[in-house]
Amino acid sequence: MTAVEPQATVEITVDGAAVQARPGEMLIEACERSGTYIPRFCYHSRMSPVGMCRMCLVEVDTGRGFALQPSCMVPVSEGMEVSTESEVAKKAQDGVLEFLLVNHPLDCPVCDKGGECPLQDQTMAYGPGETRFVEEKRHFAKPVAISETVYLDRERCILCDRCTRFADEVAGDPLIHFMGRGNHTEVNTFPDEPFASYFSGNTVQICPVGALTAAPYRFKARPWDLTETLSTAWVDSVGARVAVQASRNRVLRVLGTDADAVNWGWLTDKERFGFEALNSAERLAAPMLRDPAGIRAPEWRAAGWGEALDRLADAVGAAPPERVAVLGGARLTNEAQYMWAKLAKGVIGTDNVDAQLGDGLDPAVVLGLPRAAIDDACRPGGTVVLVGPDPKEELGALYLRLRHAVVYDGVKLVEVTPCETGLSHMAKYSLHPRPGTTAQLIRALVLATDPEIVEAAESDVILDKLAAGEKLLEAEELRELLGAADALGVDAESIKSAARALAVAAGEVTVVLGRSSLAEGAEVVEAAAAELSALPSVRFLPALRRGNVMGALEAGLAPGLLPGRTELDDAEDLGPTVAAWPRLPEAAGLDAAGVLRAAARGDIDVLVLVGADPLNDFVDRDLAYRGLRGAALVVAVDLFLNDSSTLAADIVLPAAGPTECDGTFTNLEGRVSPMSRKVTPPGTARPDWMIAADLAERLEPGSAEGLDSPEAIRAEMARVSEVHASLTEESLKASPVEGVLLRPAREAAGEAGGWRRSGRPTLGRRPAGRTVPATGPAGGEDALGGAPDGSFLLVATRTMYDDGTMLRHCPSSRGLAPAASARINPDDLASTGTGEGAAVRVVSDFGHIEATLAADAGVPTGSLRVNWLAPGAPANSLIATGTDITVVEVEAR
Amino acid sequence: MTLSPANEALAAEIISWFPRPRSALIPLLHLAQEQDGYLTDDAMRRVGELVGATPAEVKGTAGFYEMFRFEPVGTYLVNVCTNISCLLWGGEELLEHACESLEVEVGGTTDDGMFTVEEAECIAACTEAPCLQVNYRYRGRVTPADFDGLVEDLRAGRTGIAGHGVLAQVRQSVPAERLAGVFPPEQAREAPVWLARNEAEAVG
Repeated sequence: MTAVEPQATVEITVDGAAVQARPGEMLIEACERSGTYIPRFCYHSRMSPVGMCRMCLVEVDTGRGFALQPSCMVPVSEGMEVSTESEVAKKAQDGVLEFLLVNHPLDCPVCDKGGECPLQDQTMAYGPGETRFVEEKRHFAKPVAISETVYLDRERCILCDRCTRFADEVAGDPLIHFMGRGNHTEVNTFPDEPFASYFSGNTVQICPVGALTAAPYRFKARPWDLTETLSTAWVDSVGARVAVQASRNRVLRVLGTDADAVNWGWLTDKERFGFEALNSAERLAAPMLRDPAGIRAPEWRAAGWGEALDRLADAVGAAPPERVAVLGGARLTNEAQYMWAKLAKGVIGTDNVDAQLGDGLDPAVVLGLPRAAIDDACRPGGTVVLVGPDPKEELGALYLRLRHAVVYDGVKLVEVTPCETGLSHMAKYSLHPRPGTTAQLIRALVLATDPEIVEAAESDVILDKLAAGEKLLEAEELRELLGAADALGVDAESIKSAARALAVAAGEVTVVLGRSSLAEGAEVVEAAAAELSALPSVRFLPALRRGNVMGALEAGLAPGLLPGRTELDDAEDLGPTVAAWPRLPEAAGLDAAGVLRAAARGDIDVLVLVGADPLNDFVDRDLAYRGLRGAALVVAVDLFLNDSSTLAADIVLPAAGPTECDGTFTNLEGRVSPMSRKVTPPGTARPDWMIAADLAERLEPGSAEGLDSPEAIRAEMARVSEVHASLTEESLKASPVEGVLLRPAREAAGEAGGWRRSGRPTLGRRPAGRTVPATGPAGGEDALGGAPDGSFLLVATRTMYDDGTMLRHCPSSRGLAPAASARINPDDLASTGTGEGAAVRVVSDFGHIEATLAADAGVPTGSLRVNWLAPGAPANSLIATGTDITVVEVEAR
Repeated sequence: MTLSPANEALAAEIISWFPRPRSALIPLLHLAQEQDGYLTDDAMRRVGELVGATPAEVKGTAGFYEMFRFEPVGTYLVNVCTNISCLLWGGEELLEHACESLEVEVGGTTDDGMFTVEEAECIAACTEAPCLQVNYRYRGRVTPADFDGLVEDLRAGRTGIAGHGVLAQVRQSVPAERLAGVFPPEQAREAPVWLARNEAEAVG
């Protein structure tokens, strides 16, 4: 889609004017780019043309005289003459509209689409103006709920095939289809099979009439009462561009914006309807305190900002810096993240700061590996290696891009995940290693890309082996790994074929890297990444899930890290930071696990949760509970009270939500795009940067001087952080839709992110406080052991909808979180002594959850998959931090 | 009701005729309709599973074709033609007689579930007007008396016409070596063997 090299053009004549078109382009596109809009209903630039509606009929002459042709179906050709405004074309369009309106009810005054309806608009512009149709129109029962959120009014439908094409071509969920024939044709679902797609809301946006409406916006406003602003979706790290629309200081609708580099106009329903949570009456609207500090009295008391901040500042001021910790911050804008990093590290002087809650990856890995953009991963003919979460469940807009690349652009997908994902059925190779052995499998894959090593590994003749020379050790290692098929869960042939695909693709490989199972230690993925980085010219797309987590890492919200990918102990890089910040932490601090462990020991005096809910989001629920209980003072800065703050917070500060403050967002590829304030926050809630600035001023007068707006903070970031140096107001304005891709100078010069100092990324370097896994090094031999008989290795995966705080407050998604299920391979059912659908208890050494047993061929034998954060069954109670694998048993209940 | 074990086996064979399972969708729907007389939701779900389509796609495809039915019909579906030739030779009267003698409306089913009477457009047997079809089998130059005899024979099971009808195309047996080849066309590297064989036969 991004044309890099200049291509030959085709010259056509549109209404007498010469137009340069791209070869193969459809006439309707060429005309639109040259300023001639041809009316259309069915044509959509992101889907294949079908020529259903006939509205785009124009006169075309390709040497045989003018004839009417649908311009969405006719590719341009040299010398083509087009007349879009001839009498014949006008009469044809007029006639098409009259026919479309034969059965279309004229209920525009009560129709949600009225005012922004292509049918209405184009009837005014190209249509007859008056109806000659006096007969009774077609009638259907209406509306039909085709899913929990989408309603269908079949009378209004003009059968343009947009929604059904979207469901089939783009989302891959063909659950709506044309039914019947001729005058009886209607769009519908199969009985009792609703349009349960994560992407169903897109059909509402692309419907050219009011046939599809979504529950959250139905009858809420008229389009002319709405004002909109361009912003960025906040629910995951893809950073899809959106238009936020509001009326009377209330956000009423979010629409996808077509950013070519990011989301192509598509959104997941969570991104589209997630704004509902922000309108919830349960939003925090004033600071709240629980007295007396230390003894958690159940009663909250509303307080003024002055009192709440004074109390917090007093507590922080009285505590030694290393006894203060800040967890979270991935929800914030880049500017707010910088302010919190500055407050914690530069003003308070603590390095106990972590934006990830044990469910992410080491920042050295994320920032240190050569980065790919989404466009790089989706470039036709490339290869994508998925060593990470199911994009369909966690990063929906990325899933749509990857799906398009694989299905239509010949991108090969090699998947190395513990279970099947939403991409498995289109993957070229789908390998499912046993939990804990991902790194070994990747090692085998990488070794097997070298044919000499494979040959030597398979040869029995000692001389042949010796011919491999230096590769003898590698060959021995590969031989061992290929022979360990049982332990890895993947047979040697599959490994070798997948490796051949990787070898052929050398140079065009993008690894989508993340935590495919939260029951598998981050170290396993990090070790796998180290192996993959040995492939020539490989690049990585970090699939971390939580909102602006990439912005948080770039801003330094991680232990041992300062803004701009500067390590705390790299003295030579600290120049500009030292100048702007009053002080720096004396030593590297603790990560989330370390902080919670220290808090549980009573070594943390002030624990600040910035949009964090460790009880539900941290991988080890028991440790989160003990940490929250053990911290002397817990402060929550958030939109809602969550389980953690309800349990333990002494001070709660209300923050402004993503539609309520200005700032910028960094997505997983490092693309910075603006987030815009559309409405005012509830009550006295404040933007997070303001809270941090206020605290910084109280603790160290002058430290936040002049930092009174996101623009001012951005200017300081550009001075302090090399990564953000290119992020100027001009560059943001120059690219309002696509945003600015952060590519620090060091990276452009060939050094990956400035972290790669020798041949390998600095994976071994951990900040001093970094948690070391308790079960020995990742990729160690013990991980190959597998689970004892009768038990399973746990795989914990996230689902699109879960029991997270935001979704709990989102009426349209609240009921969509799947109940807890324990999914095992059908062959394993017998060993559990119960059957499918049985109520069971999944028990590990650390805790248990109650779930329903389900047979799932997508789960390898010996593994058991649970959904993360299911209502009432938090999977993190099964897991202890620092373990690479978790063994569970299934008990009937 | 989903597919019977015998029909499951037949379905597997039908799928094997085609390069892609999806191509077997329509024949499998015929099979399902033979079994139950109409397409049940369960059968459509099962057919979708067999060919790799969602139930919505199956129903959407089936719904395009007039002769796939979504409501129960009688064991014997009688289509009486009332198009031009048949009209001139008493098709209307035949339809009227059929309805009266079976005590149903046009489109209705007898109480015992044996007969459904429908009015048909031209069924391409104008030389035999007036004509009708019972479960795809033709009867020509039908007088009201013939009709009564036919009904009697059908009730007595003397006609050899199967309940809900049988379509030759889903019952044919194709020897493996005469199949067009069970791989998708884009994987073809050379001309299929049957092409050369057919040409040789034509020449020989």
